[in-house]
Amino acid sequence: MPEVLVFATLNGLVTGLLLFMLASGLTVIFSMMGVLNFAHASFYMLGAYFAYSISLYFGYWIGLIVAPLIVGVLGALVERYGLRRVHQHGHVAELVFTFGLAFLIEETVQFFWGADTKNYQTPELLNFPLFTLFGQEFSAYRGFMLAISIGIFIGLYQVLTRSRVGLIIQAAITHPHMVANLGHNVPLIFTAVFGVGTALAGLAGVIAGPVLTTFPGMALVLGSIVFVIVVIGGLGSLPGALIASLLIGLLQSYAIAANVGMPELLELLGLEFPPSHPLDDLWTLDLAQIAPTLPFLLLVLVLIFRPAGLMGKREQ
Amino acid sequence: MVHPFPLARACSRLLPVFLIVLVASFAIQARASEPVRIGFMDPLSGSFASIGSSGLTVLEFAADYLFNSRGGILGGRMIEIVPLDNMQSPTETQIQFRRAVSEGLRIIFQGNSSAVANALNTAVTRHNRRNPGQEILQLNYSAVDPILTEENCSFWHFRFDAHAVMKLNVLTDFIAQNEDIQRMYIIGQDYSFGHVVAETSERLLREKRPDIEIVGNEFHPIGQVKDFTPYVTKIVASNADAVITGNFGADMVSLARSIMDSGLDIPIYTFYAAYDGITATLGADGKNRIRLVHNDSANPIPTEERKQFYRDFKAAHPDRDVTQPRLAMALAMLVQAMEQTGGTDPYELALALEDMRFTTLSGEEVWMRGSDHQIFQDLHVSVQTDEGIEFDADNSGFGLLTEYKVPAEETIVENRCEMRRPRR
Repeated sequence: MPEVLVFATLNGLVTGLLLFMLASGLTVIFSMMGVLNFAHASFYMLGAYFAYSISLYFGYWIGLIVAPLIVGVLGALVERYGLRRVHQHGHVAELVFTFGLAFLIEETVQFFWGADTKNYQTPELLNFPLFTLFGQEFSAYRGFMLAISIGIFIGLYQVLTRSRVGLIIQAAITHPHMVANLGHNVPLIFTAVFGVGTALAGLAGVIAGPVLTTFPGMALVLGSIVFVIVVIGGLGSLPGALIASLLIGLLQSYAIAANVGMPELLELLGLEFPPSHPLDDLWTLDLAQIAPTLPFLLLVLVLIFRPAGLMGKREQ
Repeated sequence: MVHPFPLARACSRLLPVFLIVLVASFAIQARASEPVRIGFMDPLSGSFASIGSSGLTVLEFAADYLFNSRGGILGGRMIEIVPLDNMQSPTETQIQFRRAVSEGLRIIFQGNSSAVANALNTAVTRHNRRNPGQEILQLNYSAVDPILTEENCSFWHFRFDAHAVMKLNVLTDFIAQNEDIQRMYIIGQDYSFGHVVAETSERLLREKRPDIEIVGNEFHPIGQVKDFTPYVTKIVASNADAVITGNFGADMVSLARSIMDSGLDIPIYTFYAAYDGITATLGADGKNRIRLVHNDSANPIPTEERKQFYRDFKAAHPDRDVTQPRLAMALAMLVQAMEQTGGTDPYELALALEDMRFTTLSGEEVWMRGSDHQIFQDLHVSVQTDEGIEFDADNSGFGLLTEYKVPAEETIVENRCEMRRPRR
């Protein structure tokens, strides 16, 4: 069992930190503009596809740097020429706009790259097992994913809390008019933040593409879970997003690893049902089977008992 | 009262008759040259689009290559394939089915997802009961839940693929021959087909190799898992020396990728781990590890006729593969039924398809059993490799090489269908 525990923790951390790269951008964008960007995961997908195409010609490492930049610029353009125009019609219009954008990006990706799974591989340099524990390898690439995600978190946190730019951004979140009156270009800050947020999503796509497979449904798979994280962590809270990401990454990983479920629970309670029971599907359910839906259960619970999220400051 | 112009009066009376004759003659002419329209309902957008669109390409190519370029069918009519995008959702399937009805389509090909096939089967059966004379025929080329030809069998449904239990029979026979396998891990998507695979594999392995221990039997939600590594951790911990999975699409690639990334070197027995980018993505890591049970050997191809079909397909679609050759077979059988009955009436076609024996492009004789509308054909277990591959997948150099073959007559299973036959 210890080997399962160690690997479940490692897996949970890799997933959690990857989710954080998406959630951080989403939550900062939300706190500034008050809009939940439904297309956020689509930028993640774009990152993976751009990096795949670039890697065909220039190799993985160029893709790692260039693809997030392209995605960031695209994101900034979307904010400048799309969202900003829609903004005057209120939040619902913005929401619907990003919702439509998500579909548009998915279809565009299929149009240009086709519907097939793309053969996007990890770089040669990282094609070795970092360490082998209890007969299972932990690939160097996963270690690399961990390192990048942690680096991004530290960097982002430093910029937001220690730098002048961070100060202005934080001020613009809570007091946009005051910041504008002080002579800062608030719309430009918004565009920049949106660009950086989508670039982070793009970067997550670049590093996740080779291991989680690059295909047109990848945005859909991750999209809903990112919202769950942002809501659980508290809308607009960066530390909240980190905690929620790790929580969900580990929760899923442990739930899959744990060999428990209804049969064990019933045994504990001393109950027994015949296989012909109408609710047999329920009595034979195990935790691993529902692991990917657990975050949504958590979402519902958090919304009921702590509507502002774990670290949220939203006023009722 | 005497009409001032008797002749004109006679003419005006006859005019409608003339018109009717005129229109009718046009209609008959139009009918003789109007295309035979066949619906193809599968995901053409969304997460599962790759499977659906590659099937559509194969079917369209087969229609042009086998029939339209040779003067059409039924005395010069062309086949027109009408794509219906159901996004692999049962709800969208209902909407697309309505559309097919209103467009006057009478024959629908559908293959992906047994859940969708079941929904379509229900819709078709209900529609046909309520609209006699307007029936629709469902040609299932890929949905392999046995229920479709057993409890839920229908006169209007024909399956052109071996169902899951037949395939697992072949696969477990093959596994049983491998003495090295002692501990089996089963993992699959949490829906009807995944459950059939899990239950049947467990039952058959117990019968054929009681010494094999089933060390894991796991379900995961379909299309929801981001990363399979946590599942692989469990597989490693269970000391399994082989895996069976019915996963398809991204769930298949991710699972195989995670198994390989963890350094676990064990064979993976699958149904759908090839083509549409999967073979290329798994590449050398999948060599001699990925095994598939399927019909129509991909390598070697037994006849020059089918080789030429592949070559011409590749020439027309360099980025694609003949992923499901049985689509060409199903279409050819349908056309044979049309030629036999001299028309496109679904009821007559269904009667003609029943107990049809047909020789495919591969030179195999297949049999469409009349009692449950299940086809029987040779089945193969193949391995992913780059040796001895004449026709590769995804232009990757890797492809499927047949390792084990079971002739059609040995795949026959007991008929469990009590079919309600329509009266005419």
